[in-house]
Amino acid sequence: MSIDISQFHDVFFEESFEGLDAMESGLLNLNVGAADVDEINTIFRAAHSIKGGAGTFGFMGVSEFTHVMETMLDEMRNGQREVSVESTNLLLEAVDVLREMLTAVQQKQNTDDVRIADIRQKLEMMVADKLNSPTVDDTVMGEDQQAIDLETTETSNGSGWIIDFRPHHHLFQTGNDPVRMFRELESLGDLSIEMNDDELPAFADLEPEDSYLKWQLTLLGEIAESDVLEIFEWVEDDCDLVITPLDSNSVSVESQTIDDLDNTRLDSKNMASDIEGSALAEDAAPPLSESAENLSATVNNQATHQEAKANPAPAASIRVGTDKVDSLVNMVGELVITQSMLSQIGENFTPDMLPILIDGLAQLERNTREMQEGIMRIRMLPISFVFNRFPRLVHDMTDKMGKKVELKLTGEQTEIDKTVMEKIGDPLVHLVRNSLDHGLETPDIRLAAGKDETGTLLLKAFHQGGNIIIEIHDDGAGLNEDKILAKAIEKGLVNEGDALSPEKIHELVFLPGFSTAEVVTDVSGRGVGMDVVRKNINSLGGSVEVFSKRGEGSVFTIRLPLTLAIMDGQTIRVADESFIIPLISIIETVEVKAIDIKKVSGKGELFQLRDEYIPIIRLYSVFNLTPKITELEDGLLVIVEGDGQKMALFIDDLLGQQQVVIKSLETNYRKVIGISGATILGDGRVALILDISGVMALYRDPSLTQITLDNDRAA
Amino acid sequence: MAKILAVDDSASMRQMVAFTLKAAGHTVVEAADGKQALDIAKTQSFDAVLTDVNMPIMDGLTLTKELRALPNFKFTPILVLTTEAGMDKKQEGRAAGATGWLVKPFNPEQLLATIRKVLG
Repeated sequence: MSIDISQFHDVFFEESFEGLDAMESGLLNLNVGAADVDEINTIFRAAHSIKGGAGTFGFMGVSEFTHVMETMLDEMRNGQREVSVESTNLLLEAVDVLREMLTAVQQKQNTDDVRIADIRQKLEMMVADKLNSPTVDDTVMGEDQQAIDLETTETSNGSGWIIDFRPHHHLFQTGNDPVRMFRELESLGDLSIEMNDDELPAFADLEPEDSYLKWQLTLLGEIAESDVLEIFEWVEDDCDLVITPLDSNSVSVESQTIDDLDNTRLDSKNMASDIEGSALAEDAAPPLSESAENLSATVNNQATHQEAKANPAPAASIRVGTDKVDSLVNMVGELVITQSMLSQIGENFTPDMLPILIDGLAQLERNTREMQEGIMRIRMLPISFVFNRFPRLVHDMTDKMGKKVELKLTGEQTEIDKTVMEKIGDPLVHLVRNSLDHGLETPDIRLAAGKDETGTLLLKAFHQGGNIIIEIHDDGAGLNEDKILAKAIEKGLVNEGDALSPEKIHELVFLPGFSTAEVVTDVSGRGVGMDVVRKNINSLGGSVEVFSKRGEGSVFTIRLPLTLAIMDGQTIRVADESFIIPLISIIETVEVKAIDIKKVSGKGELFQLRDEYIPIIRLYSVFNLTPKITELEDGLLVIVEGDGQKMALFIDDLLGQQQVVIKSLETNYRKVIGISGATILGDGRVALILDISGVMALYRDPSLTQITLDNDRAA
Repeated sequence: MAKILAVDDSASMRQMVAFTLKAAGHTVVEAADGKQALDIAKTQSFDAVLTDVNMPIMDGLTLTKELRALPNFKFTPILVLTTEAGMDKKQEGRAAGATGWLVKPFNPEQLLATIRKVLG
């Protein structure tokens, strides 16, 4: 029977990647010098599972590589090897390599063999450092096994074997049964059995669960000794066993043989690893051949490229807890009941049934809402998926910068839409890098400032209203207002002499082209500024703010919608059109009095909200609509915030708040500045959803519409 | 055909083992760690048990010991799946009361051959 086990590859990859994540976080948690045995065990177990699975599913490269890691982890586990910074870092690198190998195997691409060999050699060298620890290379088991088979086939016997088999009393309690073994022997050749019941006690003394019988077996045929030994392999310690070739009494093979064989096997293993070692030594190429290697690496990369095209990435999948699915099934059940109730009412409807109909419709509404929430929950994943990469990042960066930082994570179980999560990763990484690089100080500076030499970086996630809030706290130096202001003046972002509040100054870091680091460091200076971070977060319908205090630290707060598919919107009317403003952007809505309006030449109209002057944007003029109301006093001003700036949108009327399902304009039409998408209203009409920062950009530069149109024509 | 308890913390291995055994006509009950397996074993009997060694919560050797202490598992064949080909692991398995072992990596054919060996 041939069984196709490739159907389990997906599961294997999934659990292996999970295992790698577990290994990574475990390694980061290891305390050098005094490592927690449970932690090492967890790491070891993950490596062990990957190795076993890879071997079973035929990914020998992965299996062999993992084996070396496993050997090292095993030594750590047994206390034979100390947990050092070097070994932990090397294992972390190995985890990266393994992840790449698995990804390559999964997507049927080529692997970076040079890097793999390099890390493997480093691991092997570190393992070999401990001369006393025997390294048992059992990945080459398969070959060894063959070797033994060959050896023992040579000692196979022409006519057969005499087997003297005396089980110990407890044999049955190991689950072994002589009858089964005899049947197996029978399958090898002609078997005759002679039983000896000398030791069988009197019935009164007989322990029914014990074995008292002995056998002399004669097995005729051309049978390899190893085949016979294999049948007794499991019981060699539970019996006295003497196997003698039938035709000569000169060679007597006792049960000891198996151990001998194993020793031979060990020898051949050591030889095999020696050979591997030397092969690897050759891999560690002399400088001359390096260029050739680079060349082949390039070729490899090209090949990978082509193959990448040929093999589209597998469809993204999502893991959903069964409880979520169960509750959905439950809801569908209720929906079906409601539906059948409504159709019954519909079949023979009489006016007196109106109250029942209204009840039924209310129930339908409830069912629909519950289903919607339930389905949304399916897409929700704990934010720990994003947070989990930070221990490693912080570890690597602080190592490099000579800083001491403790990373704390809270609210990792806070759930967020998968799409939002995928897109928030990079901005978060940037903010964390930023805090580590610019925020947290080196130990000497911290001590001089009277702080603990170890800085704290706190990542915190929680729900607030319909949003998820992610905060990045550091207890570092805080933003340096003087430096920021000087820089902003130098860059012409603000005018000298402008009186700015500290909050306004902090906001400056989000302006395009702003970077305070005197020398762009290799850590956070990557040509991407905070403006890009803000832009990316805004494009998710979120916002980012900073709060900072000199000497005490900074807090970056990211506010994100729970999902990108549905949002809370405020429907408004402008001229004859309905628009949706994301509720998250609205601060308040006000009726205007003429006294609050200031006209400034060149800057348009300003609205005085308490002590602030906010530019007024007439939406009808931005969108080129024929206005019905032009007097500010006849309409309403919606105060919105985007990109950290407030604007007052002049609208005709507020219509209502509702959850709207967002349909992408880009996929269905094309990108339009100032509009983030569209939705279908209850009455079937389409309403456009405003993109606040886009509207602001349009207001400042009306020619932007023209540019998109031109681009469209050019494209 | 036989009723077999398959214990492994790795879902892919467990599924592969279960699939192979089912394809051969056996009934399979799966457990993801020793504790789960032991809880199952307390309520029903099996013709054979296949267990991984390295598992969280309760490892395969402890499971083997615990199973042997149950009256209905006194003589049940218990096979440990292990990648450790070294003698020490086999000794430990035997000391815990295992019937035999199957060394990973193995293919479905090897698995079925081993199962045939204990089922007779």
